[in-house]
Amino acid sequence: MAATTETVEQVRAVTEQKYKYGFTTDIESDVAPKGLNEDTVRFISAKKEEPEWLLEWRLKAFRAWQEMEEPHHWAKLSYPPIDYQDAHYYAAPKMKARPKSLDEVDPELLKTYEKLGIPLREQEILAGVEGSEGRSPAVAVDAVFDSVSVATTFKAKLEEMGIIFCAISEAVHKCPELVQKYLGSVVPYTDNFYATLNSAVFTDGSFVYIPKGVRCPMELSTYFRINQANTGQFERTLIIADEGAYVSYLEGCTAPQRDENQLHAAVVELVTLDDAQIKYSTVQNWYPGNEEGVGGIYNFVTKRGACRGKNSKISWTQVETGSAITWKYPSCILQGDNSVGEFYSVAITNNLQQADTGTKMIHIGKNTRSTIVSKGISAGRAQQTYRGLVKILPKAEGARNHTQCDSLLIGDQCGAHTVPYIESRNRTARIEHEATTAKISEDQLFYCRQRGLSEEDAVSLIVNGFCKEVLKELPMEFAVEAQKLVGISLEGSVG
Amino acid sequence: MIEIKNLHATVDGKEILKGINLTIRPGEVHAIMGPNGSGKSTLSYVLAGREGYEITKGSVVYFGQDLLAMEPEERAAAGVFLAFQYPVEIPGVANTTFLKSALNAIRKQRGEQELDAMQFLKLVREKTKSLNMTDEMLKRAVNVGFSGGEKKRNETLQMAVLQPRFAILDETDSGLDIDALKIVAEGVNALRSPERAMLVITHYQRLLDYIVPDYVHVLAHGKIQRSGGKELALELEKNGYAEFGVNEAA
Repeated sequence: MAATTETVEQVRAVTEQKYKYGFTTDIESDVAPKGLNEDTVRFISAKKEEPEWLLEWRLKAFRAWQEMEEPHHWAKLSYPPIDYQDAHYYAAPKMKARPKSLDEVDPELLKTYEKLGIPLREQEILAGVEGSEGRSPAVAVDAVFDSVSVATTFKAKLEEMGIIFCAISEAVHKCPELVQKYLGSVVPYTDNFYATLNSAVFTDGSFVYIPKGVRCPMELSTYFRINQANTGQFERTLIIADEGAYVSYLEGCTAPQRDENQLHAAVVELVTLDDAQIKYSTVQNWYPGNEEGVGGIYNFVTKRGACRGKNSKISWTQVETGSAITWKYPSCILQGDNSVGEFYSVAITNNLQQADTGTKMIHIGKNTRSTIVSKGISAGRAQQTYRGLVKILPKAEGARNHTQCDSLLIGDQCGAHTVPYIESRNRTARIEHEATTAKISEDQLFYCRQRGLSEEDAVSLIVNGFCKEVLKELPMEFAVEAQKLVGISLEGSVG
Repeated sequence: MIEIKNLHATVDGKEILKGINLTIRPGEVHAIMGPNGSGKSTLSYVLAGREGYEITKGSVVYFGQDLLAMEPEERAAAGVFLAFQYPVEIPGVANTTFLKSALNAIRKQRGEQELDAMQFLKLVREKTKSLNMTDEMLKRAVNVGFSGGEKKRNETLQMAVLQPRFAILDETDSGLDIDALKIVAEGVNALRSPERAMLVITHYQRLLDYIVPDYVHVLAHGKIQRSGGKELALELEKNGYAEFGVNEAA
């Protein structure tokens, strides 16, 4: 694969910068007072000028959340208690009104996104397309800065095809019936501690609707950025692919380098109707904390897709390299007959990072199929757990699952753990689980170095090879970035 | 080009090399023959810079530089190449990717322009043809699922692409049938040149029928016991290593 070939050079190009996204943007912000109570919820809802039903929904979630306990007992994660009253639940760059076009957006913001390498301006995107020999499709971007969506590109072009791609706060006004119908339909507001908190205080996120029979001609992308100190980011993404529709969606995340931990509790809901397909890719590179484990993002995210229609398909691909703590299980509910769920994951933990991640595949319909490929790499003193559930319900005749779970250890102070849960209530189901654990061998390192590669380049090459099955699932635009990240995240893990 | 003087090396406190002396000039092919456990592979690893070997005495000077002070990748950039007895598998990394990364890493260390994908492909295609290798082998992951013969051909291909100044061939004949041996030997012979030196390490004389050395050294008990011309190999074939206090029949 051409992209893999470039890995080593790219890694070298970025080795000087440790966490290059660690800067902050000096921008005036509208911040809610610290603390969390019903008034905070009302404040957010009012800021967004939300309809009554949504405020009610938020309040129900908030009341439910107050009765809930943080899930501390089952995940293999350890961290001090979070003081939920000691954070801001809303921060937004100060703007007079929602910008009508990019020209009205604060230039400081645009500069930030430029620094992050996000082609916000459509012209730049177009230029990029020409440069790539016209092979790669264009990318439409929705950018979320702290709590609000600041700009969505290519809107007009997408609208011609009936595709809706905008901030969820905008969708609430633009197509309330769709939002009301699907919001919380996959992840109910009572789902779990973090998802319920998100339901109460979510600030923005992306909304996508692909109408019947439409194949979205470009990658849709959201870039999340936490800038403000002491804020949590609670974005909510909702993607609906109507009958026969197709969309590929990319999500990227970064945050400034700060000594305190910041909470990120997002919810993503996907819905596919008959014959529809959603491909959801994530490159998560939140600030992981420093080498001693100070600072970093707590990434407690609920992602779930429902294959409601027959022959529909949802595919999750994730490359998780950032965050101090990752708690995340992108899942598929395979309701429609013949529907397909896929989960491809690369998770890298270095230094003192912790990750408890995996997936859930719930087989409900007949002949539903799921594939799980998880590649975990642990280095430094990091701890990583794959936790996955495959559940076959009684009516899921002929359901099939294949799970492959590989762990790679670098050094002798890290840990890798695999916790598969399998529940089958149908005799015709076929479930396969393969798991391996390996270390990068001295032989491999010496072989690479004897051929001229430095130790770090050798590790990057070997790890990229280990992850190849997953990385090849990423859209081209992301594959390159992901490979770079693999190299950077493991810096200093050997020697 | 390379001057090994009184080289002593230990592994886990046990002395394996007990005073090796050897001088190799450009263009020469030296064979080191010896029974199992004589220190042949240790010598090749020490020269290539593998960790886990402690040099207790002696020196190795390579083009005026202290070879033993260099990192393995620096030695590679300076033209030292080791064809492995057991080439290592790297799952998921395509053979071409590996080769291109290696070649460009070396070129970069030397301050040379790196090759782009097209230039590299052209180069590698030329080299593959002469080694009877298919494009399909280039696409496969490094040594994964390769037969013994394919692995050794792959080592030879790497050598042909990286164009070393000093190549060490560690038991290149092991695991090869006679046809594969001929192909590999042809590939190696094609790389013989007045600027390039080779150190061929082998247990058996057979390989030296195809890669004919200028000098043959017998290594036993961690020392070079005897040196001579290529006829020494034939003598060993006939009499075995018994003369050097080694009874292999046991």
